[in-house]
Amino acid sequence: MTTTLPQATRRWNTLLAVALSVAGLWTFLSRVPPAATPGGAPPPSPRQGFSAPDFTLDLLGGEQVTLSDLRGKVVLVNLWASWCLPCRAEMPAIEKVYRANKDRGLEVLAVNSTFQDREAEAAAFVQTFGLTFLIPLDRTGAVSARYQLRALPSTYFVDRQGVIRSVVIGGPMSEATLQSMVEALLNEAP
Amino acid sequence: MFPLLRLGPFLVQLPGLALLAGVWAGLSLAEKQAVRLKLNASDIYHLVFYGLVAGIVGARLAYAARYLNAYLANPISLLALTPTTLWPAAGLVIGLAAGALVGWRKRLPLRPTLDALAPGLAAFLVALGVAHFLSGDAFGASAKLPWSLYLWDDYRHPSQVYEIVAALTILVTIWKRPVGRPGDGTGFLLVVALSAGARIFLEAFRGDSVVWPGGFRAAQIVGLVVLATALWLLKNWGRTSAPEPMSAQETPMTGGRR
Repeated sequence: MTTTLPQATRRWNTLLAVALSVAGLWTFLSRVPPAATPGGAPPPSPRQGFSAPDFTLDLLGGEQVTLSDLRGKVVLVNLWASWCLPCRAEMPAIEKVYRANKDRGLEVLAVNSTFQDREAEAAAFVQTFGLTFLIPLDRTGAVSARYQLRALPSTYFVDRQGVIRSVVIGGPMSEATLQSMVEALLNEAP
Repeated sequence: MFPLLRLGPFLVQLPGLALLAGVWAGLSLAEKQAVRLKLNASDIYHLVFYGLVAGIVGARLAYAARYLNAYLANPISLLALTPTTLWPAAGLVIGLAAGALVGWRKRLPLRPTLDALAPGLAAFLVALGVAHFLSGDAFGASAKLPWSLYLWDDYRHPSQVYEIVAALTILVTIWKRPVGRPGDGTGFLLVVALSAGARIFLEAFRGDSVVWPGGFRAAQIVGLVVLATALWLLKNWGRTSAPEPMSAQETPMTGGRR
């Protein structure tokens, strides 16, 4: 002798089966193909998960720096200006974190927005705070434009593969905030 | 896309503002629904409020615990406004636990309480979509379509717009056409099931999916589990009658918080 389920239960079971089958099939069909990330490197864009847009800039005091030459290091790219109060507030913390971690592979590129600042004032700022890291000068504003700069300071945490892992717009960031954010990247294998 | 608004010396983070608006709208709707379900609106408010506060504080403390030395050397940084120094998963667990604890202490019945929260949750999901639109997060896959957005150096699916439309549809559905008996928990389960279904469908158009082995998108797999659980519970809860709201007899049925 067979028993029949109530009609409502049968309807529910059918609905459940159909809904889950359709959702499962869609999940299977919309898998990400391996070819979606050629070479494994994401395209450049100033956002978390993308490669950091490359640039070459003159340094304060002479010489040049190219971001992609620092591949293999963790790079903190900080855009700042001497008149920006949060920039002034967070720069000593950046200096401390840089000194504590430079031997572990941390590099800081504190890109001065020279197109909206003065080189002499940037130099005085660097001297006042005793900054020892690299100070590239964005004289034309090209790097600020490429990084879609909306506020100063803006900070981009770039991993050893050249991928932006976090972006902090505005500030000031504290020493613990900076240290925790670089710590995670420094702990990753080169 | 429009992450910041400068007001004099202040820099307002618009996505954060959208989330705050979402919390406010969600709370208002939850309180209204609580009154409909003869629950104490003030209890529902406290449940959400303490859950949120515990979630945010917990997310920061959990993050700090991972970098204990840095925060021990500089404990004032626990108060930093930087949202990147939160651990969202830990915050979610702690927030839910705190909300559950408040509900238990106030003796709120489970299913009517979940139903009271349902429209608020749906409203918050709309705000989350707006926050994603403003920040450019949860962005779409590359696609040249007549309705594509140019974002992060490419033409993309406007995934944030899809997200807002889906969330709005769920909100209107749950608010205008409630299912089941009032307070039997099916309203909440419907929001969860529809949201999971929408996520499974829309995730295919995202450009920032977390990918698991085999090319499977993590959000779709999690969505499938959530959808299956919600549908199974819908089937079972829909058959059984709702418990009587305890607070209806024990506390005054006020419409607002005090």
